[in-house]
Amino acid sequence: MNALVPLPVVLPLTACGLSLFIGPRLRLLHRIIGIGVLAAVLAVDVVLLVEADRTGPLVVHLGDFAPPVGVTLVADRLAALMLTVSGAVTLIVLVYALGQDMADREESAPIAVFHPAYLVLVSGVSLTFLAGDLVNLYVGFEIMLMASFVLLTVGGTEPRLRAGSTYVVVSLVSSLVFLVGIAVAYAAAGTANFAQLAVRLQDVPLGVRTLIEALLLTVFGVKAAAFPVAAWLPDSYPTAPAPVTAVFAGLLTKVGVYSILRAETLLFPGNRLSVLLMAVAFASLLIGILGAVAQTDLKRLLSFTLVSHIGFMLYGIALGSRGGIGGAIVYTAHHITVQTTLFLAAGLLEKRYGTTELTRLGGVARAAPLLAALWFVPAMNLAGIPPLSGFLGKLGLMRAGAADGGSDAYVLLGACAVASLLTLYVVAKVWNLAFWRAAPSAPSLEGSVLEDSDDSADGGSGTVTAVCVRTTARVPRVMTGATVGAVLLGLSYTVLATPLTGLADRSAAELLDRTPYVEAVLGQ
Amino acid sequence: MTVSLTLLVCAVVLTSVGGILIHTRSLTRVLVGVIVCGNGVNLFVLATTGRAGVPPLLYPGVAHARVTDPLPQAIVLTAVVITLATTAFVLAMAYRSSQLTGSDFVQDDVEDRRVVLRAEIAAERAELRELHRDEGPSAWRDERREQRHRIRAERAFQARARDAPGDLWDDILGADPRPPATPERQENDPR
Repeated sequence: MNALVPLPVVLPLTACGLSLFIGPRLRLLHRIIGIGVLAAVLAVDVVLLVEADRTGPLVVHLGDFAPPVGVTLVADRLAALMLTVSGAVTLIVLVYALGQDMADREESAPIAVFHPAYLVLVSGVSLTFLAGDLVNLYVGFEIMLMASFVLLTVGGTEPRLRAGSTYVVVSLVSSLVFLVGIAVAYAAAGTANFAQLAVRLQDVPLGVRTLIEALLLTVFGVKAAAFPVAAWLPDSYPTAPAPVTAVFAGLLTKVGVYSILRAETLLFPGNRLSVLLMAVAFASLLIGILGAVAQTDLKRLLSFTLVSHIGFMLYGIALGSRGGIGGAIVYTAHHITVQTTLFLAAGLLEKRYGTTELTRLGGVARAAPLLAALWFVPAMNLAGIPPLSGFLGKLGLMRAGAADGGSDAYVLLGACAVASLLTLYVVAKVWNLAFWRAAPSAPSLEGSVLEDSDDSADGGSGTVTAVCVRTTARVPRVMTGATVGAVLLGLSYTVLATPLTGLADRSAAELLDRTPYVEAVLGQ
Repeated sequence: MTVSLTLLVCAVVLTSVGGILIHTRSLTRVLVGVIVCGNGVNLFVLATTGRAGVPPLLYPGVAHARVTDPLPQAIVLTAVVITLATTAFVLAMAYRSSQLTGSDFVQDDVEDRRVVLRAEIAAERAELRELHRDEGPSAWRDERREQRHRIRAERAFQARARDAPGDLWDDILGADPRPPATPERQENDPR
């Protein structure tokens, strides 16, 4: 079984090589390779999850080099769960992207660029989940970042370049800080391997340990878009193509959350910086959602809710109890799915009406009931309406907060409640403006809506189209089908609530215990 | 562990220089800043190998104390390769940006431009006033007229660049108003 562990990283990279080899021709072959490989990865992820839950962490030392020299990949319950959720989401988004591509053969997202970059992104995300040492985590981040640079600026239009340059520079600087963190950790403990660090960091002087923790938390905080370092996110995400934004919003920030979770439980147990994390969570929760309240563009609004809801997960991590961490894990799985679904639904809306600007939309519920339902269900899920998984996640977190009983935990509890209510307000506002009220003026249902367009879009000197969306009266079936799949995935968390929370609880116990991980890696 | 002071000093200087460059607006300079800063950080990682002058080779018969730790060198090597890839990407981005807008500025912050121009003009005025102190303001009428032209051109540029829908949030957060037409901007650029 251990031989399966590297596959989620290796398979997409191999497929990327094939895809690059094929080049811009044979679009059908691209599709078969992409979907086939991602389905295989998902199957492997599920097997890993079952196996890791049954027998404990699966470890592979690549080339049989023992730590600290070799590359170690570890699939414990948390990593396998994250892999499974991300595998399902990436597969759905790929199907959606293919539907969009088939529909308009968009020049701004050429398949020969999109496909390889997307596969590399999946591979990088898998590597960060599986990484067993800091250096490998760094490499995983970089693989993911390079792919995301390409995906974010695909087509090279002016707004995408402007958004991309912010994103690229922020990412590069955070990578440099990460390197410094690795250097300090290595200098202090003589290893970059997580399991060895977990053992050796206990003997490191408190000041140095706190320095390492602060450096790593800063880097992961930038990736997770926690409040003081979140300004890049709402600026850079909304300009990208809909599937790209969806997968970024779902996965890339959660990779940061996962890294924080891993570092806080395995490397720095005892939660000395929990007050800091609480403060960050508090600020993210409130400022993020207030930003969302002020927006009128759907994609930008969703980006701000993303920042806000990162606060929920940080709250669970800051609590540091079994309940808190279990709640954070459930919430992460829920949020990956629901945020992706919402961006996919926004993409459908854009596809049909050519805009996501709420002031220009209206009457969608009457004109396209299925589309309205596809927005409504995940939106209620995000707000945390009872039978849905958002409620379960929030309930778990709040219960853990109440069990903690500290005054800061109660303050955060209040902030969570306020953020949830404001989220409900925000999605209700979107519902009223875009879906429920009568259309402000009849928007053109067919034809090509070119905003900021210039006909000389073929590169060279002219201004290239900013937003080029070919609207259709009927949204392509494949895109709708993919979104339905995402909605159903979100609903399945409600049906599978008991196994999911049980798994999250066992993961939290495993994380807090630390010995299963350390023993599995060091072989004692 | 012995740490070479030279490496640390070099690392600090390089990261400082790089940090300053990263804060500039031209994407090419930012790129140079990232490279310089990256080299500084790489030196910092290298400093964790310990004492200088020992080979990173372990072969039969050599004592462990006579060997430099090779792992940080491997880390640095990885980082260097990654920096190379990002350099290529950012260069392409800067080129594309200059293709589209005529410059590789990260963001054309019109508000900044206005502030800078105002400061420049105020400084020039003070200088001219000092120069023609005895003759009175009429002696430098032409210069004043030229300054007024520049201010007016800047205002026109602002109006075009802004193209505002009148929404404060769009202005602050940049909800992608249509980009100002490129050729006009170049012709009327006051600089």
